[in-house]
Amino acid sequence: MPPTVIAQETGTAAVRTMAPVQQPIAILANVTKRYGATIALDGLSLALRPGEVVALLGPNGAGKSTAVRLLLGLIAPNTGTARVFGSDPRDPATRTRVGAMLQVARLPETLRVCEHIDLFRSYYPRPLPAEEIVRIAQLDGIYNRFFSQLSGGQKQRVLFGLALCGDPDLIVLDEPTVGMDIEARRGLWQQIRNLVERGKTVLLTTHYLEEADALAHRIVVINEGKVVSEGTPSEIKNSGAGRRISCFTRLTAEYLRTLPGVARVECDRETVVVTASEVESVVREMLLQDAALSNLEIASPALEDAFLALTSSR
Amino acid sequence: MSTAPLAYTTASSSGFAQSLSLYGKETKYEFFKLLRAKSFSLAVIGFPVMFYLIFGIANRHVSNGNVHIAKYMLGGYACFGLVGAALFGIGVGLAAERAAGWLELKRASPMPPMAYLFAKCITAVAFGIIIVSVLTILAVTMGGVTLSPDELVRMLGMTVAGAISFASMGLLLAQIVPANAASGIVNLIYLPMSFMSGLWVPIQFLPHWLQQIAPVLPTYHLAQLMLSIYGYQDHASLASHWMGLAGFTMLMLGLSWLVFNRSQQNA
Repeated sequence: MPPTVIAQETGTAAVRTMAPVQQPIAILANVTKRYGATIALDGLSLALRPGEVVALLGPNGAGKSTAVRLLLGLIAPNTGTARVFGSDPRDPATRTRVGAMLQVARLPETLRVCEHIDLFRSYYPRPLPAEEIVRIAQLDGIYNRFFSQLSGGQKQRVLFGLALCGDPDLIVLDEPTVGMDIEARRGLWQQIRNLVERGKTVLLTTHYLEEADALAHRIVVINEGKVVSEGTPSEIKNSGAGRRISCFTRLTAEYLRTLPGVARVECDRETVVVTASEVESVVREMLLQDAALSNLEIASPALEDAFLALTSSR
Repeated sequence: MSTAPLAYTTASSSGFAQSLSLYGKETKYEFFKLLRAKSFSLAVIGFPVMFYLIFGIANRHVSNGNVHIAKYMLGGYACFGLVGAALFGIGVGLAAERAAGWLELKRASPMPPMAYLFAKCITAVAFGIIIVSVLTILAVTMGGVTLSPDELVRMLGMTVAGAISFASMGLLLAQIVPANAASGIVNLIYLPMSFMSGLWVPIQFLPHWLQQIAPVLPTYHLAQLMLSIYGYQDHASLASHWMGLAGFTMLMLGLSWLVFNRSQQNA
């Protein structure tokens, strides 16, 4: 159950100096959750280790929000267990160490941003100083505004700020960048990276694959309440068909299909697209056979392709 | 992980101070939230004041036996106002916060659920006191009503008791009514119930059959308790009115508890 890929990290956020084997701080163990006749989660297991960013990816209705709500103690599983910091997530003492950013349609609009922050800080025994929250969530210009006066992206930043109020060790972000423009989204990504550098653990659900790719140490793809695949972003990408070669060539599709490692050949006008697991040897052979080969490009598969392949096959 | 026990030992020594601050802030911001929401504060304060100006002040020279109608109506509209504050502030407000997902975010935080309910209840009491104070000032200055200090204090005490009692009904409505229909449904209950209990027009002027229905309505018992401060109550005993109001409150709280537990089981 516990994934084994934690040690081999890629990307920007490999900042930890702790012992290589760490106990998970939050687990869902073989949980099943039913709503009437529908099964939202079907024997799902998930473990979060300190300092890692895990992205929960899946199509709508896959069970992402249900998993989040279980970890936050908002609902209880039908079978299986949810544990956060070794105890029940519904325990108030556990809640003081968890921050949540949920999809909230509307906060009370007649309160100012500073009042919302002040109120949420009062819920925690050791809150983060208000200035820190303003700095991390970038609330400078809007701190004294009423919630009703904020744009969509600014509202998301306030919700992010509320998640930070208790200086939590675990931060759960449910679709955090909905309604943000690309600049604001990248700003929030940077803030999430800053949190990880402070040793925080982040669970995020998203339907932006780019976001999971940019932030997560580990991606868990779920569909119909089950884990379909999990691994680092590059592992998830390579779990698909392989890399793609596109070029202009007079070699025929029939010939190309006979080369070792070639999974698929498509022709789009004069461009030929070859999908292969061992691209280097395929390209070497193609160049030998066709001296006039031109416009050569080799691309890694997008996470999106891997994701679609993973979730549509079920 | 190693910092956690430390956090709790230091927190428990200052735990009481933190709780006090938490309850205080929850209540303060609940009050300002509603006061600044013009659609709430203007309606909830404005309607009883407007009605009293139209129907109460107009009767400043009218007496029925030893009952001064303007003073009788002060009691009626005081009840009308405080019940409205409780039903709209809690019933409609909580339903909206539940639908918007705001309540869920608060539940995910370590906020004690009691702090949330306490804040809503105290805010209903505060609006009740504001409404009753405004009505009393109008009655004394424009309606020719005389009130002894003792009567005023007992009116305010009754306002607190009434607001807490009807807060329980707001709590139940918030859980069973869809948010987008909440204010309509609350009006459908609140307005006929107020009229039939004699909050708008003295109950003895209502048709006889309506007067016979009134004792099943909680607003009737609240009104009779308020009117008893001036000696204007009907023939039924005060104890029976207290029983009516307390029974209603227990019923609402019990039903709220049942509905809440049921929703928890389904969640």
